[in-house]
Amino acid sequence: MALDKNGIAKRIAQELQNNTYVNLGIGIPTLVANYIPKDVNVIFQSENGILGMGPFPKKGQEDPDLINAGKQTITSELGAVIFDSAISFAMIRGGHVQLTVLGAMEVSQNGDIANWKIPGKMVKGMGGAMDLVASSENIIVAMTHTNRKGMSKLLKKCTLPITGINCVKKIVTDLAVINVTKKGFELLERAPGVTVDEIINSTDAELIINGEIAEMSL
Amino acid sequence: MINKEVKTIKEAIKGVESGMTFMFGGFGLCGIAENSILELSKLNINNLTCVSNNAGIDDFGLGLLLKRRQIKKMISSYVGENEEFERQMLSGELEVELIPQGTLAERCRAGGAGIPAFYTPAGHGTEVAIGKEERIFNNKPHILENALVADFSFVKAWKGDTAGNLIFKGTARNFNPLMAMAGKITVAEVEELVPIGELDPNQIHTPGIFVQRIIKGNNFEKRIENLTTIN
Repeated sequence: MALDKNGIAKRIAQELQNNTYVNLGIGIPTLVANYIPKDVNVIFQSENGILGMGPFPKKGQEDPDLINAGKQTITSELGAVIFDSAISFAMIRGGHVQLTVLGAMEVSQNGDIANWKIPGKMVKGMGGAMDLVASSENIIVAMTHTNRKGMSKLLKKCTLPITGINCVKKIVTDLAVINVTKKGFELLERAPGVTVDEIINSTDAELIINGEIAEMSL
Repeated sequence: MINKEVKTIKEAIKGVESGMTFMFGGFGLCGIAENSILELSKLNINNLTCVSNNAGIDDFGLGLLLKRRQIKKMISSYVGENEEFERQMLSGELEVELIPQGTLAERCRAGGAGIPAFYTPAGHGTEVAIGKEERIFNNKPHILENALVADFSFVKAWKGDTAGNLIFKGTARNFNPLMAMAGKITVAEVEELVPIGELDPNQIHTPGIFVQRIIKGNNFEKRIENLTTIN
């Protein structure tokens, strides 16, 4: 069965490395913070200006002066630090944030990502996504495998205006874990109960399949 | 020390005119100059170019100026959550320049710091790069972005002194220190205004040299845009 949003977040949480700085985007990526493995220490950066972001506050303890980039109320961890937007993007562009997890509307097999604009329909803006994908050494995309119309979001070439080129390293969807290699998409894992054929049928781009494809362990 | 305190919001925004470029600090509704925005929305000025990360919501923040069609052009990175904005943009009434958030921050910082332009990797290969000079550094393509300055910058801080020195609280800091630097006239609203000598010089975020007028804000609603809590 295909994973739900929390399942995708849970699988991405397995990618977190100990003692690293991580930026989580809006949507499914935000949920990753709920599934950090016990033996892993990560520090979350939110690009509006905090390093050491903690969980959402308890009811009644929210502070209008403490939000994340999704404008949600948050708390700060011990040792957290607050800074302005220029310093925040110095961390991002300067390569100091080691992992970026973000959502996408399309990813192409050479690692291009589109997630900020549907011409004529939705123009909300790129926020910090273009800065993040231009510089982060490791970029993982969290998204559903297909869009609401059932069309593949993993494409040979993006059709929507792109956010960044040649930057996505890995994709975790409700169906599969996919590596973006120089040769294209490599299927690494399948969601529990999902067959390789189902993944191939839901993917517009070519998939490189080497031997048996393991089921995700969640 | 130069005393920069002004007593009324009218005095704080004195000199604003149609056609000017304004910067507004804040991220969403967090750390916005509520009193200045409200006062500007009462004036008969329009054709404004506004530099702000976001555009407020329909009935608060920059949404107030949008509703009265005072804004000709917005320079922002993210403009969701505002129906009137979307309507004006899609109908072509409002000109919108969307730029990456880090580029926006750095353009303001550069404007205040006397750096006319800089190269950044953000936006390379995208629509944002169209018409911009491209150059390779360390085998990586970058695009040239120009600095931004403003006739007025409206910023909000937590504490300030009469010399214009500012201390921010929490993530209400965001773009405020950068836009304070880039304004020909920077108006700072603070929740608490103290005499000089009361702030520890080591703890000041924005030096008063960047602030021309400082006022204790009358009332700050400090609305929360996206209240999220756990049980």
